[in-house]
Amino acid sequence: MDALRVYHRIISMTARKKKSRWPWLIAASLLLVTVISIVSIMIMLQGTDIAVLNPQGAIASAEKDLLLFTLGLSAVVVVPVFIMIGAFAWRYREGNIRAKYTPDHDSNKWLEGLWWGVPIVIIAILGVVTWVSTHQLDPYKSLESDEKAITVQVVAMQWKWLFLYPDYDIASVNVLKIPVGVPIEFHITSDGPMSAFWIPSLGSQIYAMNGMSARLSLVADNPGEYRGSNTNISGKGYADMNFMVKTLDTRDEFEKWTASVRGGDEHSHMDEGSYQKLAVPSSANVPQYFHLHDVNLYAKVMNKYMHHEAGIKEGYDNHDH
Amino acid sequence: MIIDWGFLLGRLSLDALPDNIVTVLGALGGLFGVLLIVGLLTVTRRWSWLWKTWITSLDPKKIGVMYLVVAGIMLLRGLADVVMMRVQQALFATNGAGPIDADMFQQVFSAHGTIMIFFVAMGIIFGLINLIVPLQIGARDVAFPLLNSISFWLFFAGMALMNVSLAVGEFSTAGWLAYPPLSGLEYSPGTGVDYWIWALQIAGIGSLLSGVNFLVTIFTMRRKGMTPMKMPIFVWSVIGSMLLVVFAFPILTATLGMLTLDRTIETHFFTSDLGGNPMMYVNLIWAWGHPEVYILALPAFGVFSEIVPVFSRKRLFGYTSMVWALMAIAVLSFTVWLHHFFTMGAGANVNAFFGIMTMIIAIPTGVKVFNWLFTMFRGRISFKTPMLWFMGFITTFTIGGVTGVLLAVPGIDFQVHNSLFLVAHFHNMIIGGVVFGAFAALAYWWPKLTGFRLHEGLGVAAFWSWLVGFVLAFGPLYILGLMGAARRLDHYDASLGWQGLFVVAGVGVMIILLGVFFQVLQLAYSIWKRDELRVGTDPWDGRTLEWSTSTPIAEYNFAALDAVEQRDAFWAMKSSHVREEATKFSDIRIPKNSGFGPGIAAVAFVGAFAVIWYMWWLAAVALVVTIVLAICAGMREDVERTITAEQVAAIEKKLWRTRRA
Repeated sequence: MDALRVYHRIISMTARKKKSRWPWLIAASLLLVTVISIVSIMIMLQGTDIAVLNPQGAIASAEKDLLLFTLGLSAVVVVPVFIMIGAFAWRYREGNIRAKYTPDHDSNKWLEGLWWGVPIVIIAILGVVTWVSTHQLDPYKSLESDEKAITVQVVAMQWKWLFLYPDYDIASVNVLKIPVGVPIEFHITSDGPMSAFWIPSLGSQIYAMNGMSARLSLVADNPGEYRGSNTNISGKGYADMNFMVKTLDTRDEFEKWTASVRGGDEHSHMDEGSYQKLAVPSSANVPQYFHLHDVNLYAKVMNKYMHHEAGIKEGYDNHDH
Repeated sequence: MIIDWGFLLGRLSLDALPDNIVTVLGALGGLFGVLLIVGLLTVTRRWSWLWKTWITSLDPKKIGVMYLVVAGIMLLRGLADVVMMRVQQALFATNGAGPIDADMFQQVFSAHGTIMIFFVAMGIIFGLINLIVPLQIGARDVAFPLLNSISFWLFFAGMALMNVSLAVGEFSTAGWLAYPPLSGLEYSPGTGVDYWIWALQIAGIGSLLSGVNFLVTIFTMRRKGMTPMKMPIFVWSVIGSMLLVVFAFPILTATLGMLTLDRTIETHFFTSDLGGNPMMYVNLIWAWGHPEVYILALPAFGVFSEIVPVFSRKRLFGYTSMVWALMAIAVLSFTVWLHHFFTMGAGANVNAFFGIMTMIIAIPTGVKVFNWLFTMFRGRISFKTPMLWFMGFITTFTIGGVTGVLLAVPGIDFQVHNSLFLVAHFHNMIIGGVVFGAFAALAYWWPKLTGFRLHEGLGVAAFWSWLVGFVLAFGPLYILGLMGAARRLDHYDASLGWQGLFVVAGVGVMIILLGVFFQVLQLAYSIWKRDELRVGTDPWDGRTLEWSTSTPIAEYNFAALDAVEQRDAFWAMKSSHVREEATKFSDIRIPKNSGFGPGIAAVAFVGAFAVIWYMWWLAAVALVVTIVLAICAGMREDVERTITAEQVAAIEKKLWRTRRA
């Protein structure tokens, strides 16, 4: 009897040996590559800035919290799913003849009710959170603050960013200087293909489209230099359409800086003529500052695309809702 | 008198030939491939065989195979594009060198997206539907066999046009959805966007016709007794998908039509000025584009709903729930398009509405996941390659689902939209869902269609390569997106610290290529060793009707049309032992071959090429010929031939004997 069992075991072992194992060796070595890659990613990420997860302003902070909350809520469904995938696959594998087998079992209204019901509850919660957060984070909404907001008009050009400060009569290209703690109200348009304005450290991107003015309110809570970019393909120079956000510590400092830009000789002027020159497609433009001579420049850029509509004088307020 | 013959060629001249070394190599490679095939066919004297057995065939099984062959070749081209992009981003992006400039890089990613969606994913889906749906509903054919052939050849013509752009002219640089004003005449005056438009327009009309065809087929040609709730779940998923095709593709056709008018006769539908509105284009293209995602995903869900019960040796859990979930997803998919542009500046009410609608889709999708899991519960699961693909699918798709819910919240989308996070998300859905589904389907149905199975070990190796490659290729992209990396960058500043992650992503792509290598090897090896891998008509102990017929399948699919009494019809026949081989046969009428499909498609190709190059006289000729051909096709008589009962008996005897041998 025992001899027979031993014999059977040997037979089954050799039979198993015959089944080729090399595909699983490949799988194992690939998993090794994965582990090495994950470790090297971990090492690489030391000291780098994951901007979205490292917010520097109120909007970006709220958006990061929203991301983590939603991720947590999804985990309520996803974690059980992953546990079940593993557990069921192992428990009910073909070789495990001790596991229960019910070939005709095909419905259970309680269970099905459970997985229609639980996701409905979760999505209901998330729906409420979405409704509330979408209104809170509406880019058109002004930020609540004791500080008076600073208006910056943004023109996405081929392929650079022009920033106009109409209240301070200055302008800049590919660099945006703002004071810490003061809400900035951006009015954003384009003089070229559709672009998207995004400063990940500060939050919320929005499209820049010609003939239209989008609005976005952001604030920098911490001093620093933050990268801004275009995320929407807009032609050859697209990859170079980036800018730096540089903060100044106080509003006073900011105002002093604007005065220096207005007064400084080395800075050129920005008016319709110099705008035409700037509008010639170019990329990787170095940061520049200008004394803004034409406060209606933004409206004029928008009006280029609006000659079908009569009576638009102050372009930038027209499309805001 | 000197006549100016310039109008004959429109804007076509020698300048249209490629001047970039990469494009030249690509074009020469393609040309060489075509010449090789032409040469082989000529040497082996196969032209007439090709014409009679394939090109003019109206047999959906043949058409299905042709879809899959085209999709497979296009997958290789799409992958070549990926390799160019990732090599550029991993090795050359920080120092400005490298063989690919910005213009070329933008053509490459535009081509990648267009090819992968229209000529790979759609090709796979329509290929599978052609192969499997008539068999699963127990029918002998589709409702409109000639229309089916026309659909395929229009798809082929679109594909050909897309690839001709490599050698003659250029391709679009405006991304796979070509938003105006970038795709308008002002910023894209060349032929690139026109190639994109016409490749999609022609293939899209083919898809629409297929949608009508398969809906009618499923509605009217099911086996007697197969009431809707007894249909295989894959058929339900195809109904969902084809309903979406029928409702969504006209939007694409109209949108592309308006963009064409903007570009050729300078109308102002989507221009920035003179009353045009580019935002309207963005809305319209996504009103098609989001359902398109589900056009691809639903049949993949259907495939897995077939595979999980078979390999768990258990009935599908929650069939009714599955049907409702499929239909709910189909309807809801039309109510979410705005989530592709939360950042366009719509008000908070609008954004919140579309965000919540998007999340609601997660509910029926989640139900499907649980039902698959509980089909495995208390089953006897055999982890053959189709089931491995399912395991890969369910893990990657669940992760993609979570990142999808994140993107559905407008406040989160504002921070990751148009970044590589988004790119990682949709590849998670398309590769994890559609592509894995296609590979599972191929491994699962291959033995039914050929009589031998695919080599298992190579399949396992391919699976692991794809899964690991996928994780490595797209995991880093999620992180890069959160670091602020926009999509579609041909270069970036070295100081950003992105390069390491792009290198890992590149390694991932190489591992995916290894997977593709294993798959090509698997196909070649399995065909070579087909005698060793030969299996019977029902190798997986299948449940649905396609496994009940002979292998190879006769051109009429089924000799006898026994009524169906319940779901999993074939499983029921096997368990009750009532199955007997038919002995009494009757005459079967099947459609004759027709050259109208390839003919109409060829003329459509010429017409589109003429419009792209402004050869208006040729475009007019092509239009007239198309109309004449369509009328002639509609007036055909004597379209069927008969296989007599004796012939059927002889064929059946031969087919079933082959199996037993």
